Amino acid sequence: MKVSYYPGCSLHSTGLEYGESTEEVCQILDIELEELKDWNCCGAGSAHCTDERLAIELATRNLSTAEEAGLDLVIPCAACFQRFKVAEKHIIEEKKPVIDTPYRGKVPVKHLLDFLSEENIIETIKGKVEKPLTGLKAVCYYGCLITRPPDVTDAKKYDNPENMDDLLTLLGAETYSWSYKTDCCGGSLMLSRPDIVTALSGKLIQKAEEAGADCVVTACPLCQANLDTKQGMMSKIWGRKVHFPTFYFTELLGLALGSPKADSWLKKHIIDPRDLLKSKGLL
Amino acid sequence: MQPESLITPAHDWLTEVNLSSGESASSCYQCKTCSSGCPVTFAMDILPHQIIHMIRMGLKDEVLKSASIWICASCETCTTRCPNDIDVAKIIDTMRMTARKSGVKLGEKRAAIFHSSVLQSVKTTGKLYELGMIGLFMLRTSGDLISNIKSGALMEDLKVGMKLFRHGKLKLIPKFIKRRKDIKKYFKKLKRGEGA
Repeated sequence: MKVSYYPGCSLHSTGLEYGESTEEVCQILDIELEELKDWNCCGAGSAHCTDERLAIELATRNLSTAEEAGLDLVIPCAACFQRFKVAEKHIIEEKKPVIDTPYRGKVPVKHLLDFLSEENIIETIKGKVEKPLTGLKAVCYYGCLITRPPDVTDAKKYDNPENMDDLLTLLGAETYSWSYKTDCCGGSLMLSRPDIVTALSGKLIQKAEEAGADCVVTACPLCQANLDTKQGMMSKIWGRKVHFPTFYFTELLGLALGSPKADSWLKKHIIDPRDLLKSKGLL
Repeated sequence: MQPESLITPAHDWLTEVNLSSGESASSCYQCKTCSSGCPVTFAMDILPHQIIHMIRMGLKDEVLKSASIWICASCETCTTRCPNDIDVAKIIDTMRMTARKSGVKLGEKRAAIFHSSVLQSVKTTGKLYELGMIGLFMLRTSGDLISNIKSGALMEDLKVGMKLFRHGKLKLIPKFIKRRKDIKKYFKKLKRGEGA
């Protein structure tokens, strides 16, 4: 199987291990990722609040390239995914402003989590699990933009998505139910208002602990970065050491599929999750 | 005798906002669902349902100068839950654009500077060059340096930054896309005061 692939800026920088694990997992699953030629930043959290036309044009330039390639388009970043969907709806519904970039709205745009949760891929995964994640207690955190707003993302279960839980259960992990699956981590306020991000991400960590989990699993480079990098500040504010591992779902998928590269992804986290995995005999 | 402060409502503003956002602030019945679900109300000066109401009252200056329009994290919860299908997040985006254009003193400058620093990088390279963006942001917000040192936030950011750098997650050299002229063309359409 071959798909077009838009990694987005984060997967080459702060979300490096998300990109590496995505490529590895797809290779194991015989999915060929064809990176979009000369792709540009979609403007994610910043363009849409600055100029609507700019935001639509930045995303549509990539959609137009994907349309030429003629394959489904897979996007691992929730923020990029949502901007592409907004542009798609903008074009299909012929909203204003009208833009010059040619795009007919014919490319199926999929978030990586939804793509890897498709029935045929789940069947392939079932047959390839080598190291089940037995003993791992996880809460799945979907964040805002994979599902919201549903008339843009086309998400069916937008308040209570379940496909990451299903995937991890299939891989042998134990997933816990919690009410914060689609709460906000603070997103792009990371640099401008770190206090707000620390409060929101801190609440997520706290609620994940309360749910009885020993890690949180994400499907977005912004969510993972906020949960992973703000624990130092949380420790300061809460007056106790906070050390709560945050995974990308592709890292755990890669680990379960027996990839030898898992260690090289996990060591890049700010909160090193390897001790947790070692204590469960998973690494 | 004149009262100390006069509120001068802009009576046409509701129509203007409805037009520029493509939304209908008029159909709000103040059920407060938006404010109830909003995760950042604790940091706001006026709440989302109040923003909508103030737009209808013509309180233009009060809304455009508010911190709230910049505190919004664009999580889209309000938009998803509004029973009258108002895209509240889009109205807030429209407020940010209007605030920038109108030249009022912005209620939360750091967020605005963040967005323009990101777009400066996109405009120059076609991609997000994190290190350059962070540098530009820090330069433009250098007035906050002392308070960031005092709160320990700067130290914490440096520690995280060093770790990211060591793991190759912050690149020194920016990557440029080939057809940068496409991107330049998009930015050219912006008027003065907008964007990067």
